[in-house]
Amino acid sequence: MNQNVKKFVQGCHDGIPIGLGYLAVSFSFGIQAIMAGLTVGQAVMMSALNLTSAGQFASLDIIAASGSYIEMALSQAIINLRYCLMSASLSQKVDREKSFLHRFLMAFGVTDEVFALSVSVKGALSPFYSYGQMAVAIPGWTLGTLLGAIAGNILPARVLSALGVALYAMFCAIIVPPAKKNKVLFWIILISMASSVIVAYAPYLMNIPAGYRVILLTVAIAAAAARLRPIGEEEK
Amino acid sequence: MSGNVYVYIIVMAVVTYLIRMLPLTLIRGEIKSRFLKSFLYYVPFVTLSVMTFPDILSATSTPWSGLAGFVTAMFLSYKEKGLIFVSLCSCAVVFVLELVLVGG
Repeated sequence: MNQNVKKFVQGCHDGIPIGLGYLAVSFSFGIQAIMAGLTVGQAVMMSALNLTSAGQFASLDIIAASGSYIEMALSQAIINLRYCLMSASLSQKVDREKSFLHRFLMAFGVTDEVFALSVSVKGALSPFYSYGQMAVAIPGWTLGTLLGAIAGNILPARVLSALGVALYAMFCAIIVPPAKKNKVLFWIILISMASSVIVAYAPYLMNIPAGYRVILLTVAIAAAAARLRPIGEEEK
Repeated sequence: MSGNVYVYIIVMAVVTYLIRMLPLTLIRGEIKSRFLKSFLYYVPFVTLSVMTFPDILSATSTPWSGLAGFVTAMFLSYKEKGLIFVSLCSCAVVFVLELVLVGG
Protein backbone atom coordinates (compact mmCIF):
# COMPACT_ATOMS: atom_id res chain seq x y z
CA MET A 1 0.00 0.00 0.00
CA ASN A 2 1.11 3.55 -0.71
CA GLN A 3 2.90 4.98 2.34
CA ASN A 4 0.66 8.07 2.40
CA VAL A 5 -2.55 6.03 2.26
CA LYS A 6 -1.23 3.84 5.05
CA LYS A 7 -0.57 6.88 7.25
CA PHE A 8 -4.02 8.25 6.45
CA VAL A 9 -5.76 5.01 7.45
CA GLN A 10 -3.71 4.82 10.63
CA GLY A 11 -4.69 8.40 11.46
CA CYS A 12 -8.38 7.56 10.95
CA HIS A 13 -8.05 4.52 13.20
CA ASP A 14 -6.25 6.36 16.00
CA GLY A 15 -8.68 9.26 15.70
CA ILE A 16 -11.83 7.21 16.40
CA PRO A 17 -11.86 7.86 20.18
CA ILE A 18 -11.42 11.56 19.42
CA GLY A 19 -14.32 11.55 16.98
CA LEU A 20 -16.60 9.77 19.46
CA GLY A 21 -15.63 12.14 22.26
CA TYR A 22 -16.30 15.14 20.03
CA LEU A 23 -19.69 13.71 19.08
CA ALA A 24 -20.75 13.74 22.74
CA VAL A 25 -19.32 17.14 23.64
CA SER A 26 -20.47 18.95 20.52
CA PHE A 27 -23.96 17.57 21.14
CA SER A 28 -24.25 19.82 24.19
CA PHE A 29 -22.64 22.66 22.24
CA GLY A 30 -25.39 22.31 19.62
CA ILE A 31 -28.03 22.57 22.32
CA GLN A 32 -26.46 25.66 23.85
CA ALA A 33 -26.00 27.32 20.48
CA ILE A 34 -29.74 27.07 19.87
CA MET A 35 -30.46 28.44 23.35
CA ALA A 36 -28.14 31.38 22.58
CA GLY A 37 -30.31 32.19 19.56
CA LEU A 38 -28.40 30.61 16.66
CA THR A 39 -30.15 28.65 13.92
CA VAL A 40 -29.29 24.99 13.33
CA GLY A 41 -27.37 25.96 10.18
CA GLN A 42 -25.35 28.63 11.97
CA ALA A 43 -24.43 26.23 14.79
CA VAL A 44 -23.23 23.59 12.32
CA MET A 45 -21.36 26.19 10.26
CA MET A 46 -19.59 27.46 13.37
CA SER A 47 -18.46 23.95 14.34
CA ALA A 48 -17.32 23.05 10.81
CA LEU A 49 -15.25 26.23 10.47
CA ASN A 50 -13.84 26.54 13.99
CA LEU A 51 -13.35 23.09 15.49
CA THR A 52 -12.69 24.43 18.98
CA SER A 53 -14.75 23.74 22.09
CA ALA A 54 -13.70 26.51 24.48
CA GLY A 55 -13.66 29.21 21.80
CA GLN A 56 -17.07 28.34 20.38
CA PHE A 57 -18.49 28.00 23.84
CA ALA A 58 -17.27 31.48 24.82
CA SER A 59 -18.53 32.94 21.55
CA LEU A 60 -22.13 32.12 22.47
CA ASP A 61 -22.00 34.53 25.41
CA ILE A 62 -20.62 37.25 23.17
CA ILE A 63 -23.20 36.69 20.43
CA ALA A 64 -26.07 36.53 22.92
CA ALA A 65 -24.86 39.79 24.52
CA SER A 66 -24.33 41.43 21.10
CA GLY A 67 -20.64 41.98 21.81
CA SER A 68 -18.49 43.81 19.28
CA TYR A 69 -16.59 41.99 16.52
CA ILE A 70 -13.38 43.22 18.15
CA GLU A 71 -14.40 41.59 21.43
CA MET A 72 -15.09 38.39 19.53
CA ALA A 73 -11.74 38.46 17.71
CA LEU A 74 -9.80 39.24 20.90
CA SER A 75 -11.53 36.59 22.98
CA GLN A 76 -10.94 33.92 20.33
CA ALA A 77 -7.31 34.95 20.02
CA ILE A 78 -6.75 34.66 23.77
CA ILE A 79 -8.81 31.54 24.41
CA ASN A 80 -7.24 29.74 21.47
CA LEU A 81 -3.75 31.01 22.21
CA ARG A 82 -2.81 27.54 23.37
CA TYR A 83 -3.07 26.34 19.76
CA CYS A 84 -0.26 28.78 19.05
CA LEU A 85 1.98 26.82 21.40
CA MET A 86 0.82 23.49 19.98
CA SER A 87 1.38 24.58 16.39
CA ALA A 88 4.79 25.93 17.33
CA SER A 89 5.60 22.56 18.83
CA LEU A 90 4.24 20.64 15.83
CA SER A 91 6.28 22.82 13.46
CA GLN A 92 9.33 21.02 14.83
CA LYS A 93 7.85 17.58 14.28
CA VAL A 94 6.31 17.72 10.80
CA ASP A 95 8.05 15.61 8.17
CA ARG A 96 10.34 18.02 6.29
CA GLU A 97 10.47 15.74 3.25
CA LYS A 98 6.84 16.61 2.51
CA SER A 99 5.74 19.82 0.80
CA PHE A 100 5.60 22.93 2.96
CA LEU A 101 2.05 23.55 1.68
CA HIS A 102 0.74 20.65 3.77
CA ARG A 103 1.20 22.81 6.85
CA PHE A 104 -1.55 25.19 5.75
CA LEU A 105 -4.06 22.32 5.69
CA MET A 106 -2.78 20.54 8.79
CA ALA A 107 -3.11 23.78 10.76
CA PHE A 108 -6.90 23.65 10.54
CA GLY A 109 -7.02 20.42 12.55
CA VAL A 110 -4.84 21.44 15.51
CA THR A 111 -6.95 20.80 18.64
CA ASP A 112 -6.00 19.68 22.15
CA GLU A 113 -6.77 16.03 21.40
CA VAL A 114 -5.29 15.92 17.89
CA PHE A 115 -2.17 17.59 19.22
CA ALA A 116 -1.86 15.07 22.05
CA LEU A 117 -2.10 12.21 19.56
CA SER A 118 0.26 13.84 17.05
CA VAL A 119 3.10 14.37 19.51
CA SER A 120 2.82 10.75 20.66
CA VAL A 121 3.76 9.54 17.14
CA LYS A 122 7.28 8.17 16.91
CA GLY A 123 9.61 10.09 14.59
CA ALA A 124 8.49 12.69 12.07
CA LEU A 125 4.79 13.50 11.74
CA SER A 126 3.30 12.69 8.33
CA PRO A 127 0.70 15.24 7.12
CA PHE A 128 -1.39 12.30 5.96
CA TYR A 129 -1.58 10.95 9.51
CA SER A 130 -3.00 14.34 10.53
CA TYR A 131 -5.48 14.26 7.64
CA GLY A 132 -6.64 10.84 8.85
CA GLN A 133 -7.34 12.19 12.32
CA MET A 134 -9.11 15.21 10.87
CA ALA A 135 -11.24 12.97 8.63
CA VAL A 136 -12.73 11.44 11.80
CA ALA A 137 -12.58 14.37 14.22
CA ILE A 138 -14.21 17.05 12.04
CA PRO A 139 -17.30 14.98 11.08
CA GLY A 140 -17.67 13.91 14.73
CA TRP A 141 -17.62 17.51 15.93
CA THR A 142 -19.94 18.78 13.19
CA LEU A 143 -22.43 15.91 13.30
CA GLY A 144 -22.67 16.10 17.10
CA THR A 145 -23.46 19.81 16.81
CA LEU A 146 -26.17 19.10 14.25
CA LEU A 147 -27.78 16.40 16.42
CA GLY A 148 -27.63 18.60 19.52
CA ALA A 149 -29.05 21.59 17.68
CA ILE A 150 -32.00 19.52 16.43
CA ALA A 151 -32.58 17.52 19.62
CA GLY A 152 -32.40 20.72 21.66
CA ASN A 153 -35.90 21.48 20.36
CA ILE A 154 -37.20 18.02 21.29
CA LEU A 155 -35.55 17.12 24.59
CA PRO A 156 -37.36 17.99 27.86
CA ALA A 157 -36.13 21.05 29.79
CA ARG A 158 -34.82 18.90 32.63
CA VAL A 159 -32.47 17.01 30.32
CA LEU A 160 -31.30 20.26 28.70
CA SER A 161 -30.52 21.72 32.10
CA ALA A 162 -28.43 18.66 33.00
CA LEU A 163 -26.52 18.78 29.70
CA GLY A 164 -25.72 22.41 30.41
CA VAL A 165 -22.83 21.38 32.66
CA ALA A 166 -21.29 18.94 30.14
CA LEU A 167 -18.66 21.25 28.66
CA TYR A 168 -17.77 22.86 32.00
CA ALA A 169 -17.24 19.38 33.47
CA MET A 170 -14.97 18.54 30.56
CA PHE A 171 -12.92 21.67 31.21
CA CYS A 172 -12.45 20.51 34.81
CA ALA A 173 -11.23 17.14 33.55
CA ILE A 174 -8.64 18.94 31.40
CA ILE A 175 -7.22 21.31 34.03
CA VAL A 176 -7.41 19.33 37.30
CA PRO A 177 -5.24 16.22 36.70
CA PRO A 178 -2.01 18.16 35.83
CA ALA A 179 -2.62 20.38 38.90
CA LYS A 180 -2.35 17.38 41.25
CA LYS A 181 1.38 17.19 40.73
CA ASN A 182 2.02 20.90 40.17
CA LYS A 183 1.36 23.32 43.04
CA VAL A 184 1.64 26.36 40.77
CA LEU A 185 -1.17 25.06 38.58
CA PHE A 186 -3.28 24.31 41.64
CA TRP A 187 -2.97 27.92 42.83
CA ILE A 188 -3.51 29.28 39.34
CA ILE A 189 -6.84 27.43 39.07
CA LEU A 190 -7.92 28.57 42.54
CA ILE A 191 -6.95 32.21 41.97
CA SER A 192 -8.49 32.22 38.48
CA MET A 193 -11.85 30.96 39.72
CA ALA A 194 -11.86 33.32 42.70
CA SER A 195 -10.98 36.31 40.51
CA SER A 196 -13.65 35.27 38.05
CA VAL A 197 -16.27 35.32 40.82
CA ILE A 198 -15.13 38.78 41.92
CA VAL A 199 -15.22 40.24 38.41
CA ALA A 200 -18.58 38.59 37.69
CA TYR A 201 -20.37 39.86 40.81
CA ALA A 202 -18.52 42.92 42.20
CA PRO A 203 -20.12 46.35 41.63
CA TYR A 204 -18.84 48.10 38.46
CA LEU A 205 -16.67 45.09 37.52
CA MET A 206 -19.81 43.06 36.80
CA ASN A 207 -20.50 45.33 33.83
CA ILE A 208 -17.47 43.92 32.01
CA PRO A 209 -18.73 41.63 29.21
CA ALA A 210 -18.02 37.90 29.72
CA GLY A 211 -15.64 37.78 26.74
CA TYR A 212 -13.47 40.58 28.11
CA ARG A 213 -13.53 39.04 31.59
CA VAL A 214 -11.89 35.92 30.14
CA ILE A 215 -9.35 37.95 28.16
CA LEU A 216 -8.36 40.30 31.00
CA LEU A 217 -8.02 37.63 33.65
CA THR A 218 -6.17 35.24 31.35
CA VAL A 219 -3.57 37.80 30.32
CA ALA A 220 -3.15 39.16 33.86
CA ILE A 221 -2.95 35.86 35.73
CA ALA A 222 -0.94 33.91 33.14
CA ALA A 223 1.55 36.79 32.80
CA ALA A 224 1.90 37.12 36.58
CA ALA A 225 2.42 33.38 36.92
CA ALA A 226 4.95 33.33 34.10
CA ARG A 227 6.84 36.19 35.76
CA LEU A 228 6.74 34.77 39.31
CA ARG A 229 6.94 31.05 38.54
CA PRO A 230 8.50 30.51 35.10
CA ILE A 231 8.34 26.88 34.01
CA GLY A 232 11.44 24.75 34.24
CA GLU A 233 12.97 23.02 31.23
CA GLU A 234 11.22 19.74 32.08
CA GLU A 235 7.73 21.19 31.53
CA LYS A 236 8.19 22.74 28.13
CA MET B 1 -28.80 39.83 19.59
CA SER B 2 -28.03 42.55 17.07
CA GLY B 3 -24.71 41.64 15.42
CA ASN B 4 -24.72 39.53 12.27
CA VAL B 5 -24.16 35.91 13.36
CA TYR B 6 -22.44 35.01 10.09
CA VAL B 7 -19.92 37.83 10.55
CA TYR B 8 -19.23 36.61 14.09
CA ILE B 9 -18.61 33.10 12.77
CA ILE B 10 -16.28 34.28 10.00
CA VAL B 11 -14.32 36.51 12.43
CA MET B 12 -13.91 33.55 14.80
CA ALA B 13 -12.90 31.16 12.04
CA VAL B 14 -10.29 33.51 10.55
CA VAL B 15 -8.73 34.38 13.94
CA THR B 16 -8.67 30.76 15.07
CA TYR B 17 -7.18 29.54 11.80
CA LEU B 18 -4.46 32.19 11.81
CA ILE B 19 -3.47 31.25 15.37
CA ARG B 20 -3.06 27.65 14.28
CA MET B 21 -1.48 28.36 10.92
CA LEU B 22 1.07 31.12 11.59
CA PRO B 23 3.28 29.29 14.11
CA LEU B 24 3.18 26.12 12.05
CA THR B 25 4.37 27.93 8.92
CA LEU B 26 6.51 30.74 10.33
CA ILE B 27 8.34 29.29 13.31
CA ARG B 28 11.18 27.06 12.29
CA GLY B 29 13.37 27.28 15.37
CA GLU B 30 12.35 26.72 19.00
CA ILE B 31 10.74 29.50 21.07
CA LYS B 32 13.56 30.80 23.26
CA SER B 33 11.91 33.24 25.70
CA ARG B 34 11.29 31.54 29.03
CA PHE B 35 8.60 34.09 29.90
CA LEU B 36 6.73 33.51 26.63
CA LYS B 37 6.94 29.74 26.99
CA SER B 38 5.67 29.95 30.58
CA PHE B 39 2.89 32.34 29.61
CA LEU B 40 1.65 30.06 26.82
CA TYR B 41 1.87 27.06 29.12
CA TYR B 42 -0.32 28.71 31.79
CA VAL B 43 -2.90 30.25 29.44
CA PRO B 44 -5.24 27.24 29.03
CA PHE B 45 -5.45 26.68 32.79
CA VAL B 46 -6.48 30.26 33.52
CA THR B 47 -8.88 30.49 30.56
CA LEU B 48 -10.72 27.27 31.32
CA SER B 49 -10.91 28.07 35.07
CA VAL B 50 -12.35 31.52 34.46
CA MET B 51 -14.85 30.19 31.93
CA THR B 52 -16.01 27.38 34.22
CA PHE B 53 -16.59 29.26 37.45
CA PRO B 54 -18.92 30.93 38.35
CA ASP B 55 -20.60 30.45 34.93
CA ILE B 56 -21.47 26.81 35.66
CA LEU B 57 -23.82 28.05 38.41
CA SER B 58 -26.05 29.72 35.84
CA ALA B 59 -25.91 26.85 33.31
CA THR B 60 -28.68 24.85 35.02
CA SER B 61 -32.20 25.48 36.34
CA THR B 62 -30.97 26.32 39.84
CA PRO B 63 -27.50 27.39 41.08
CA TRP B 64 -27.52 24.47 43.55
CA SER B 65 -27.64 21.82 40.85
CA GLY B 66 -24.93 23.69 38.96
CA LEU B 67 -22.78 23.68 42.10
CA ALA B 68 -23.40 19.95 42.56
CA GLY B 69 -22.39 19.34 38.95
CA PHE B 70 -19.24 21.40 39.52
CA VAL B 71 -18.26 19.53 42.70
CA THR B 72 -18.87 16.20 40.95
CA ALA B 73 -16.72 17.25 37.99
CA MET B 74 -13.87 18.50 40.21
CA PHE B 75 -13.91 15.33 42.32
CA LEU B 76 -13.91 12.90 39.38
CA SER B 77 -11.29 15.00 37.58
CA TYR B 78 -9.13 14.76 40.68
CA LYS B 79 -9.57 10.98 40.46
CA GLU B 80 -8.26 11.35 36.88
CA LYS B 81 -11.32 9.86 35.17
CA GLY B 82 -11.66 10.46 31.42
CA LEU B 83 -13.19 13.60 29.87
CA ILE B 84 -16.39 11.95 28.69
CA PHE B 85 -16.94 9.99 31.91
CA VAL B 86 -16.53 13.12 34.04
CA SER B 87 -18.84 15.05 31.77
CA LEU B 88 -21.63 12.44 31.77
CA CYS B 89 -21.47 11.84 35.54
CA SER B 90 -21.72 15.57 36.17
CA CYS B 91 -24.80 15.76 33.91
CA ALA B 92 -26.34 12.75 35.70
CA VAL B 93 -25.88 14.33 39.13
CA VAL B 94 -27.55 17.55 37.94
CA PHE B 95 -30.41 15.58 36.41
CA VAL B 96 -31.13 13.50 39.52
CA LEU B 97 -30.73 16.45 41.89
CA GLU B 98 -33.14 18.58 39.88
CA LEU B 99 -35.73 15.78 39.94
CA VAL B 100 -35.57 16.04 43.75
CA LEU B 101 -35.24 19.83 44.05
CA VAL B 102 -37.60 21.04 41.35
CA GLY B 103 -39.70 17.91 40.89
CA GLY B 104 -40.28 15.90 37.73
